[in-house]
Amino acid sequence: MTAAQIAASVIPKASGRDKAGTSVFGGLMLASLALAFLGLGAIIWDFTSDGLSVVTWDFITKFPSRVIPENSGINSAIWGTIWLMVICAVLVIPIGVMTAVYLEEYAEKDRWYNRMIEINIQNLSAVPSVVYGILGLAFIVRGPLSLGPVLAAGGITLALLVLPVVIIVAREAIRAVPPSIREGSLALGATQWQTIWKQVLPGSIAGISTGVILALSRAIGETAPLLVIGAAVSPRFNPTGLDSAFTALPIQILAWTQDPDREFISRAAGAIVVLMAILLIMNSVAIWLRNRYEQKW
Amino acid sequence: MPEKTETATEHVPAAAASALPAAHAKPKRPAQTIFDVRDVDVHYGTHKAVTGINLALPHGQITALIGPSGCGKSTFIRCLNRMNDLIPSARVDGQIIYHGQDLYAPDIDPVQVRKRIGMVFQKPNPFPKSIYDNIAFGPRLLGMKGSMDDIVEQALRRGALWDEVKDRLKTNAFGMSGGQQQRLCIARALATDPDVLLMDEPCSALDPISTGRIEDLMLELKETYSIVIVTHNMQQAARVSDMTAFFTVQLGDNEQRTGYVVEYAATDKIFTNPDDPRTEEYVTGKVG
Repeated sequence: MTAAQIAASVIPKASGRDKAGTSVFGGLMLASLALAFLGLGAIIWDFTSDGLSVVTWDFITKFPSRVIPENSGINSAIWGTIWLMVICAVLVIPIGVMTAVYLEEYAEKDRWYNRMIEINIQNLSAVPSVVYGILGLAFIVRGPLSLGPVLAAGGITLALLVLPVVIIVAREAIRAVPPSIREGSLALGATQWQTIWKQVLPGSIAGISTGVILALSRAIGETAPLLVIGAAVSPRFNPTGLDSAFTALPIQILAWTQDPDREFISRAAGAIVVLMAILLIMNSVAIWLRNRYEQKW
Repeated sequence: MPEKTETATEHVPAAAASALPAAHAKPKRPAQTIFDVRDVDVHYGTHKAVTGINLALPHGQITALIGPSGCGKSTFIRCLNRMNDLIPSARVDGQIIYHGQDLYAPDIDPVQVRKRIGMVFQKPNPFPKSIYDNIAFGPRLLGMKGSMDDIVEQALRRGALWDEVKDRLKTNAFGMSGGQQQRLCIARALATDPDVLLMDEPCSALDPISTGRIEDLMLELKETYSIVIVTHNMQQAARVSDMTAFFTVQLGDNEQRTGYVVEYAATDKIFTNPDDPRTEEYVTGKVG
């Protein structure tokens, strides 16, 4: 036997079958990736080709008009979306983070009520958004709170909608802080609360804020719950406070797409461009935050 | 023989043993005791992890806890600063008398205990902060008076780290080597001015050179602090400690492993002339 033959007998060449399997599987993966990108590309192409030319400073600063498409803008929708996002953030950040801290740091995991809370949160995150809209309508707009179809009601409803997601993400971020950090802090005579406030939360802030931004970007894209609780259609005024009637970008988009006038439909495409730009910016900030501040343990 | 033995060699030191009276077969109680451990049992749920611990750990000396894996050394050392309280199912029975007080008396606040008794862990666990903030964390919690810069410098000097890091105090502690991180953790524990330092296998994640540095440091620190160290490394116990407790494990019903102390005596005696054949088998490497 030559040296080459010996080598070949020790490390046999890959069989044809193995090679074929590898390339078929690789091809399938590439194909699914391409399909996803094609879909995304088609959507972006569809609304930008129609809507990009619509987006001008006038479009952003004008109120919607029911009669003249060229004079119709998204000023009230943008302000409504900003208001909703702020209300939602103010509610969801403290409640979500505190719940996550309780579940991760204080709750005894084998107690039945803690397990129930946990399962409930998992399930709530999968509840369709329109159901939250009905909840908002029954308990916030009417019923016990009776706020009417105002900004506060919209913000609270969206906060309820994304709260489970924020809790789940915050818990993951808190869990990623290794127990050795908690031990180190407690061994120095820190109380549990000092340990949470000075070690655990700073160590998980990147994960928590990334999750919050992604949750908020989901909230501002929601149409169904706002529709159910009764957002205004094409209002020609901006919200002035928590008790104002309001609209939001997705509601404005929906209103325009339902108009028989072709011109209004291209207005909708323009509003989609703006909404997508806001979402892209928010997601980029989330990615940047994660890369910049994520703690490698 | 000088007080400090050469730490790099693996000879059994005669060091501090000469300063002690001859060891007795039974756990003896030296005049100066920092922890008087009486009949301590630790349970995790229904599992008895260690049982019947009676030890008088000496003040101003280094006590080593040795023994095979799973014999409850770490469980026991965590009783000394009430770290076991963090495990909900853990229960400690018996008494640990520290400065005349039972650490497990109902009116004792574990947080206050931990402020007096520092701890260093197996794996270096610096906080994801600057070197300076790592050291300053404890003193800030305690609201220690005086210049924080001075407190940090003093702690780093005591941790034998000052010269290596004085120019980069504001850089992240994660950029340090493993050995430096562990000395930072020691310095961090010293910054709050405890009188005891508990070390749970502090060198098991370190290379021999870093280990040697930490052993030198321990010998310096025992001038000021009482030190209890858990170690898997018998040479280390022989090199640095004055007293040694040998733990082992018995298998009970349902294969439950329960740790207990076989022999507690001057290190010199444990390594050269132990009373119990099980100790001898372990320290000579026949078992374990």
